[in-house]
Amino acid sequence: MNGVHDMGGMHGMGPVKHEKDEPVFHAPWEGRTFALTLAAGAWGKWNIDAGRHEIELIPPAQYLRMSYYERWYVRLVELLAKRELVSREELETGHAKPGVPKASPRLTAGQVPALLSAGALASRRIAESPRFQPGQRVRARNIHPAGHTRLPRYARGKQGTIDRHRGGFVFPDTNAHFLGEKPQHVYSVRFAARELWGDQASPRDAVYIDMWDDYLEPA
Amino acid sequence: MPPAEHHDHAHQDVPSDLALRVKALESLLVEKGLVDPAALDALIDTYENKVGPRNGARVVARAWAEPAYKARLLADGTSAIAEFGFSGRQGEHMVVVENTARVHNLIVCTLCSCYPWPVLGLPPVWYKSAAYRSRAVVDPRGVLREFGLEIGEDVEVRVWDSTAELRYLVLPERPAGTDHLSEEDLAALVTRDAMVGVAKVEYPKPGETA
Repeated sequence: MNGVHDMGGMHGMGPVKHEKDEPVFHAPWEGRTFALTLAAGAWGKWNIDAGRHEIELIPPAQYLRMSYYERWYVRLVELLAKRELVSREELETGHAKPGVPKASPRLTAGQVPALLSAGALASRRIAESPRFQPGQRVRARNIHPAGHTRLPRYARGKQGTIDRHRGGFVFPDTNAHFLGEKPQHVYSVRFAARELWGDQASPRDAVYIDMWDDYLEPA
Repeated sequence: MPPAEHHDHAHQDVPSDLALRVKALESLLVEKGLVDPAALDALIDTYENKVGPRNGARVVARAWAEPAYKARLLADGTSAIAEFGFSGRQGEHMVVVENTARVHNLIVCTLCSCYPWPVLGLPPVWYKSAAYRSRAVVDPRGVLREFGLEIGEDVEVRVWDSTAELRYLVLPERPAGTDHLSEEDLAALVTRDAMVGVAKVEYPKPGETA
């Protein structure tokens, strides 16, 4: 979706503010929100792409006003309700509906190290060989899906060069909507800074963007 | 240090009751049997105390000290980093990009805030900010200048936008005059910012003498 999250190249966001000796979490609620999101995610009711998309659905004005972990909180509440781990009524009252059996088995502290070190592999084996080869010229398709996509707006319609093939990966545009993994080849594509931004950019510089096969066409 | 002194940016509009709302959500999820408070503590402890940029610094120091390791690291980041036991969540597919006298690499995620957790921990506020995400791709040299880093016109700046599940780590240039240092001493020089590409590794460390 052409949301405000797709920020590459926007102006007016101000200078980058670097904080010295920054804590991992700035307040206890941030850490709790982070941990609740991972622990609830362990139920497997959503995937990473759906999680990213839920944040993109926050209306633009709110998105920009919110801090990072506030967005995480909103996302968690929405996913819990949409994926029916918790009802809207329970979220409203703050209590479990009487008679609903307790969920089991929940993630325990002892399982945390294994959960984190296992991660979640997004790579998939693909039988067909890659459509593009390193050095080949390609164009990022000029598409504007209303749903989730990882094709940033600033690259659409621009020409680049395949830098390297990265392997097969789950396709976020379908996976985010629970429409299947549709695995396909991913390439790192090199775009000259001037192709993206015109003459104001340095003639030497480049932006590398990881792109799924569906985002590309031969140039 | 009280957090209030430090979170003036990007936190200014957090509703005062957010802490209470998070607490209420946690108690609901515990009541429903969906989460275990001890697991939440373990998750927080992991990223506050166990996983952070010191991991990445060890990887960088070994790459500087051992050419064979550096070759493995650049060829297959995930496997070489796993030699230290660093792997998993948000580091499943690691790519290491090398800074040289001719190339300077910078990492960003314009669409959200993807970051290599196993080697750098959770991202700092500036990395997640609209300012960095919007500008790193269009004006990388301007952003680097704000970090105090001037990149010469003869050097190519490569910005890596983390749009897929690949996570990037910058292998900074080894500073001159460090031939006598042990791997451990080298690791102590390496900063998080250098591994994102917004700083160089300095020797001696700023404010110290060799």
